[in-house]
Amino acid sequence: MNSLAMSSLSIAWALAAAQTLIFIAAAPLLAGWVKRLKCHLQNRAAPTVWQPYRDLAKLMRKDMVLAENASWLFRATPYIVFGATGLAAAAVPLIVVHLPTAAIADLIVLVGFFALARFFTALAALDIGTAFGGMGASREMTVAALAEPAMLMVVFTLSMTAGTTNLSTATETVLQAGVVLRPSFLFALFALAMVAVAECGRIPVDNPATHLELTMLHEAMILEYGGRHLALIEWASQIKLMIYAVLIVDFFFPWGIARDFDAVSLAVGVGAVTAKVMLLAMLLAAWESVLAKMRLFRAPQFLGFAFLLALLGMLTSIVLETGS
Amino acid sequence: MELTSLGLYSQAIIVFAALVLFTSFVMLAQPRIQPLIYTFAWQGLLLAVVTALVALVSNHPHLYISAALTLVLKVGLIPWLLYRLSIRLNMNYETESITHPSMLLLGGAGLVVFSYFIAVPIVHLSGLATRNTIAVSIAVELLGMLIMIARKTAMAQVIGFMSMENGLFFAAVVSTYGMPLIVELGVAFDVMVASIVFGVFFFHLRDSFDSLDVSHLNGLSETDEAMPLPEAAEVEQP
Repeated sequence: MNSLAMSSLSIAWALAAAQTLIFIAAAPLLAGWVKRLKCHLQNRAAPTVWQPYRDLAKLMRKDMVLAENASWLFRATPYIVFGATGLAAAAVPLIVVHLPTAAIADLIVLVGFFALARFFTALAALDIGTAFGGMGASREMTVAALAEPAMLMVVFTLSMTAGTTNLSTATETVLQAGVVLRPSFLFALFALAMVAVAECGRIPVDNPATHLELTMLHEAMILEYGGRHLALIEWASQIKLMIYAVLIVDFFFPWGIARDFDAVSLAVGVGAVTAKVMLLAMLLAAWESVLAKMRLFRAPQFLGFAFLLALLGMLTSIVLETGS
Repeated sequence: MELTSLGLYSQAIIVFAALVLFTSFVMLAQPRIQPLIYTFAWQGLLLAVVTALVALVSNHPHLYISAALTLVLKVGLIPWLLYRLSIRLNMNYETESITHPSMLLLGGAGLVVFSYFIAVPIVHLSGLATRNTIAVSIAVELLGMLIMIARKTAMAQVIGFMSMENGLFFAAVVSTYGMPLIVELGVAFDVMVASIVFGVFFFHLRDSFDSLDVSHLNGLSETDEAMPLPEAAEVEQP
């Protein structure tokens, strides 16, 4: 291998590392932006977009209080959750496609990372032995068991068209095809949005802003956490929201993402992804302000509908888009 | 045929065809009467759009007339008649309990696969740009039939019937660029008359059983003394 190829490879790795760091660092900003928009829409005084950073810094400084019967599992879980979510963030192309990290993990592995994080969160919730932990864990697993098939179905629908489950290659394929009206993508988009809403614990499946005993899903599991542990878990859930937003952007509106490593296209990539994710956050804020949280027992219907949409996407991609 | 080899209008036809299929699925699992009627109207609108687009792509101006007819009848008149009926029968906020809605939807997905299977030979024979949507039109028909089978209220069954007719019309448009206009006019008139006849049927059903649940029709009045049918009939027909 000559030195030019070596240097371009090292540039690629440096870019991949930078992209992952930007991803992780920008996730609280997205959460702050959504919160601010929601406050404006609901006529409340809005905090600045930097508020999530302050919250995280405050939690980092605080002392932790651990329950007496907490095992190693409880202490290790925040790191596992943050690590898995951070790795998932590394696999998602944010600014530029064809980074070496994209080859590590495809979409199915991404779903696996989320499942790993969720599994350990549920275990940690059960570990303490409080009533809320068990309740939250059971609810979260119920929602996850329904959301995951829908998510995988979306992945399969997209890979039917793209011919791959690799995120970077799939994004590239969509970019190269130009403007094609695909019914399967339309269905997959809505299915993925619904799954994202359920997985990130947003309204109408879960309300991230409440700690009301009977309605919380995700919050019930992490009720016992404090200090640094809580900061890591909250940060991880903010990264997860960002991952889903970037996934939607990458698949369905990839225009503007950088395809080579020069400065101009990278700058365009940063600008494009920022604008698109901000727009998506506006939609999320509007959606959360318009809808009310539904009863827990209606969540299966919601996710069943998402599954149906993904299934329809799959069927239409076979029936309508291919063929002899 | 690969989707990317088609023009943008042909792609739009395919997208709207997929949306027609989607409205059929929504109707299948929609337990409330009023949204059901709205969804039916949406299906008619999407069908009219598909017909107009096919007319545009294939240069068949008579399809514009079919599209206009669909717009007037299936988006305007029939949903309006059904809506008025639902208000007069005081059932516009009623919900019907659907047993196993997820199973019903999965069954619907199975029907789509089945119609794809039976449409494959036709698709091989046809040379039209819209030939891929034939399977979808058959699926819309079969889904209408599934609505009639699975739903219990008369209103949902009537909408299932109308949706079957939508599927037939859709099949005619995409597989042969429409039926002769005289046939289409006749069918449209038939459907309009049917919707009026169904209205009369609704009133009789409600007078006899106090509900629009057609499963009451299965009971024999002689075996079931609680049924108010014989007395009511005697009083009304001296």
